Amino acid sequence: MSAQKELDQQDTSSPVTIAEQPVQVLDADGNVCPNATLPDLSDETLVSMYEDIKLARRFDERAISLQRQGRIATYAPMTGQEGAQVATSYALDEQDWLFPTYREHAAKYVHGVQLASLLKPLRGIRDGYAVPDGVNVMPEYIPIATQVPQAMGMAWGHKLQGKADHAVLCHLGDGATSEGDFHEGLNFAGVFDVPAVFVCNNNQWAISVPRERQTASETIAQKAQSYGIEGVRVDGLDPLAMYQVTNEALNKAKAPAAGERRPTLIEAVLYRFGAHTTADDPSAYRDEDEANEWKAKDPVDRFGKFLYKQGLLDERLEAEMDARIEATISDAIEAAEQAESDPNQLFEYVYDEMPDRLREQRAELDALREKYGDGAFDGVLE
Amino acid sequence: MSSATAPDADTPIEKLTLVEAVCDGLYTEMSRDDSVVVLGEDVGKNGGVFRATAGLYEEFGDERVIDTPLAEAGIVGSAIGLALSGMRPVAEMQFMGFIYPAFDQLVSHAARLRSRSHGQYSVPMVVRAPYGGGIHAPEHHSESKEAFFVHEPGLKVVSPSTPYDAKGLLIASLRDPDPVIFLEPKLIYRAFKQAVPTGEYEVPLSDASVRREGSDISVYTWGAMTRPTLIAADNLADEHGVDVEVVDLRTLSPLDIDTIVESFKKTGRAAVVHEAPKTGGLGAEISSTIQEEALLHQEAPIKRITGFDTPMPLHAIEDFYLPQAVRIQEGILETVQF
Repeated sequence: MSAQKELDQQDTSSPVTIAEQPVQVLDADGNVCPNATLPDLSDETLVSMYEDIKLARRFDERAISLQRQGRIATYAPMTGQEGAQVATSYALDEQDWLFPTYREHAAKYVHGVQLASLLKPLRGIRDGYAVPDGVNVMPEYIPIATQVPQAMGMAWGHKLQGKADHAVLCHLGDGATSEGDFHEGLNFAGVFDVPAVFVCNNNQWAISVPRERQTASETIAQKAQSYGIEGVRVDGLDPLAMYQVTNEALNKAKAPAAGERRPTLIEAVLYRFGAHTTADDPSAYRDEDEANEWKAKDPVDRFGKFLYKQGLLDERLEAEMDARIEATISDAIEAAEQAESDPNQLFEYVYDEMPDRLREQRAELDALREKYGDGAFDGVLE
Repeated sequence: MSSATAPDADTPIEKLTLVEAVCDGLYTEMSRDDSVVVLGEDVGKNGGVFRATAGLYEEFGDERVIDTPLAEAGIVGSAIGLALSGMRPVAEMQFMGFIYPAFDQLVSHAARLRSRSHGQYSVPMVVRAPYGGGIHAPEHHSESKEAFFVHEPGLKVVSPSTPYDAKGLLIASLRDPDPVIFLEPKLIYRAFKQAVPTGEYEVPLSDASVRREGSDISVYTWGAMTRPTLIAADNLADEHGVDVEVVDLRTLSPLDIDTIVESFKKTGRAAVVHEAPKTGGLGAEISSTIQEEALLHQEAPIKRITGFDTPMPLHAIEDFYLPQAVRIQEGILETVQF
């Protein structure tokens, strides 16, 4: 019996069942697994999802290269996690909200954030965190797990305002499950039964610390049990499984059946193929053979093979796709590199109304810049 | 410095950076005292994200150099428990900006267990955290929030500005019977090397250090700001003939009031330089202390040259946020010419 069927057949009065084997739709060669059903997605959507996953992979390569050239600062790569990021955002409706961490570049992009906006904060420019009205994406969360109770709170607010069809999807990592905020957020989510889906991208490593060192639990999904909510393990390298499980979880969050609780904790079982960020070297703390085992289940290859087998993709289409991706990313890099930050932005948006004292401080800085020129502020500390 | 804490005269010397000196301080004390353990995120196999614990895991093993789950409250709370059991824990917060989950443990417990237990218990532990800006780090990685901890009775707060002091202050912190927040200025982790004795020595947590003697104005600072302050002092001497005394506080709590006041009585003018925002910053405390102790010596308003009252910006404009030599010079001149 597939893990998904086990979930489907569970007694709704006891909503917590932990699938030992992650839910899977595609096998490593892109074949549909026995007993698996394909999610209800149009051919066009499937191809578009693949293009976004490929774009994410290429964006990662370019961003790492930009960091090496000193054109952006520290970058958190997502290679290996693009399939899960793209698929979970495909499952979102436009009105749903996304709470990303510093690694969910592709999840943000798919839910409406421009690529150039992803790059700007990496160049130290804050405007990248500002997303247009109507794009429901929070600025990335860097202090670990802090987004979890906040995502719960926004979902709670939606429910209290009769908008439970505005679900909230909150990303977190395996390391985050050790923080108190994780516990408090999920506990509240269960108690107040809010329309939220928590996606734990269990990439097995929190910088140098392996998953086994984060928790003695066998799985992360089983932690859901202690909050009275559903926990599901999914093959995070399988974009279709990720889409399917996230979509079901979002549907349940918005319109639960009798006896169901709205929140779900999804454990995406995947792997951080590269470094935590461009500032660390994984060979110092893990065996790279381990990565190779996971790379055999690469989400890009796997999904691509599936599409070829389905007759939805051929080499010509893929070459066109690659050309589009290159152009899109190059344009974004150019836009991000042209962006600048005015020092006066320091003082903006601290409060709705700038206090007098801050006004004085701004005037003080203006006067110094006028007198000495901006060059006098450059790298004196170095 | 008392002779009891100074290194032996014939102890070998190594040229170390500040972060290497921190590591050497840990190594020295762990070699001497089995109860010293290091715990935190990525401190073990990875040797710390700044390499501050490099080689310690290999030397002392995974029961003394401990990679913990990712949980700052857990790290500091368990370190308090370890200290109560008779261990000497050194808890690493990966960046000061991530210390807040541990705030409750620090201020509600580490700081006051001695007083709550009427002196029966104490929490001899060190919480290390890299802090400060200037390295183009991501958001939340560049804060200077020493004032939060200086404000808390029962905690000691230390911030070295040289490799020699880093090792000596860290050893003194490890031997201190009270909890110490040890703030490491990561901007100067690798900025320069200095001769550091390989053996044990302490720099006491009671003494500020006069880095540059001068007669016209006393400038008080610490950590990474010591360097631009010294640069500003040299520039002012060359360009304006102003003779600046630079006092590196080293220990921010408790303050070395004697050295602060003695210097001020000599110069009659003062400025304080810190990275943290101006409002509620340590500059206010130093300024008030001087006025309480030496008002009649005062010849000009005491100038605060600090970070602005804004969040630490993303890195493109952080050099405008931090007190640079140009701002420091301007502030000093204004005070001297008052």
